[in-house]
Amino acid sequence: MSSEALTQKIASVFQSVGATTLSFFEITGRLFLFMMNSVNHMLRPPYYPRLILRQMIDIGFYSLPVVGLTTLFAGMVMALQSYSGFARFGAESAIPNVVVLSITRELGPVLAGLMIAGRIGAAMAAELGTMRVTEQIDALQTLSTNPFKYLIAPRLIAGITMLPLLVLVGDIIGVLGGYLVSVHTLGFNAATYIQNTWNFLSFMDVFSGLVKAAAFGFIVALMGCYHGYQSKGGAQGVGAATTNAVVTASILILVSDYLLTVAFFSQ
Amino acid sequence: MTEIMTPTCIEMKNVHKAFGSKVVLDGFDLEIKKGESVVIIGGSGSGKSVSLKSILGLLTPDSGDITIDGKSVLSMSGSAREKLNNRVGMLFQNAALFDSLNVWENVSFALMEGEKLPRKKAKEIAIEKLSLVGLSPEVANMSPAELSGGMRKRVGLARAIAHEPDIIFFDEPTTGLDPIMGHVIDDLITHCVKTLGASALTITHDMASARRIADRVTMLYQGKNIWTGPVDQLDDSGNPYVHQFINGLAEGPIELDISR
Ligand SMILES: Nc1ncnc2c1ncn2[C@@H]1O[C@H](COP(=O)(O)OP(=O)(O)OP(=O)(O)O)[C@@H](O)[C@H]1O
Ligand SMILES: [Mg+2]
Repeated sequence: MSSEALTQKIASVFQSVGATTLSFFEITGRLFLFMMNSVNHMLRPPYYPRLILRQMIDIGFYSLPVVGLTTLFAGMVMALQSYSGFARFGAESAIPNVVVLSITRELGPVLAGLMIAGRIGAAMAAELGTMRVTEQIDALQTLSTNPFKYLIAPRLIAGITMLPLLVLVGDIIGVLGGYLVSVHTLGFNAATYIQNTWNFLSFMDVFSGLVKAAAFGFIVALMGCYHGYQSKGGAQGVGAATTNAVVTASILILVSDYLLTVAFFSQ
Repeated sequence: MTEIMTPTCIEMKNVHKAFGSKVVLDGFDLEIKKGESVVIIGGSGSGKSVSLKSILGLLTPDSGDITIDGKSVLSMSGSAREKLNNRVGMLFQNAALFDSLNVWENVSFALMEGEKLPRKKAKEIAIEKLSLVGLSPEVANMSPAELSGGMRKRVGLARAIAHEPDIIFFDEPTTGLDPIMGHVIDDLITHCVKTLGASALTITHDMASARRIADRVTMLYQGKNIWTGPVDQLDDSGNPYVHQFINGLAEGPIELDISR
């Protein structure tokens, strides 16, 4: 083993690390520019109220069943699981608090965010991707309309505003799920359960969950638009864009959930 | 000699464009005077659509310059480009209709979004433009997915001219149309140029159509214009490539990569 071969080996390791790092920075840089551009256009007129409303209905109203079902069962499972755990050391009375805190702080926003990533993020990527590969985005530009204002801004606005509302509804349904299981199968007293739920709930628990929801709504819409807008190469490209939109949105939701939890609750 | 006095509308100078290692435009030059109708001919995949998209700012050339009314469009800001696009109409090769909107909303898109016309008025104008391309008012409320290929093309054409632009680009306007409808569309294009005074750049493979609508013809081959001249000199251009192309001869200097 000559020292020359060794240095060559080390150099090639550095090279591949360098290349990976570079492409990582290139991708995040491109995404960051896209985000700045989108936000810039979102905040400045002209606005398109019709399009914003259409997106809001799509995201807010039509996602209600999915989010409601998910949080309902999440609340039910929370009650069952914490009962089987807490009963061992006689702490069943904590169940209402555990259910309401975990739903409002964590499960509500995260589950709704992930569901919306699958439902809305994918749809946005597919629609914008199809518009890109069939030259509809080009046509928009030649008709003096900025695609960032016409296509992306309404989706971002709808994502940021509708997800908190969805989560608020989901919170209520989730707590209801915990209540139903506790009262009907675990033998809790209905009045005590409700009282315990209220007693320990603070404004911050709900508020932090809604802020998270707004952030997740932004992430889902941004990822859907970004991957759709950048897609190329026909049906296959649109398929890839859809997958990437859902995967990146889901990962970013979990990462930002951690960061926001640190920001809100670690003193 | 009035022709020399006519100001230039669009000029492309020494434009180069490559995709990866594939060179598409390799020193392409083009000049369109005000109120003139120029036709680009050339083989499939030779870069005709790319040259159009470069003028429109949808693709950025690697080098060279493109000016409209003497102003370079490559260094133009986004808002200046938007303003310029108000004067531009474009028919895409695949029509590129918005499938989230119905036919009349497509046609009057520039009127509603750009000129802020009320919907009722915009619809009236859309129906009028549809009749110009031979489509009945019933089509107005259909969605683009319900149309045949030729109908989509005609809706795209109606959308391109609805806001009465003074610079028009047509990417194969008569492809997919029957010969009679093709003739009607040719007359419409001529009307836009002659009566409305627009400058037009058209891509076509249809030589009969080219003869009807063109003032001048230019042929694109291997990234360059190999011949440019008035349409009445097309038949005696003295250029073997042009001769082979317009007569559709299998034998000649143009080689297709279909052997082997
Ligand atoms: N976005 C793109 N990415 C990569 N290559 C492209 C792109 N657009 C066009 N090309 C290539 O550029 C060449 C010219 O394409 P263009 O669409 O201009 O052909 P054309 O002359 O319009 O042909 P046709 O008459 O068939 O429409 C083709 O070889 C095509 O593969
Ligand atoms: Mg083409």
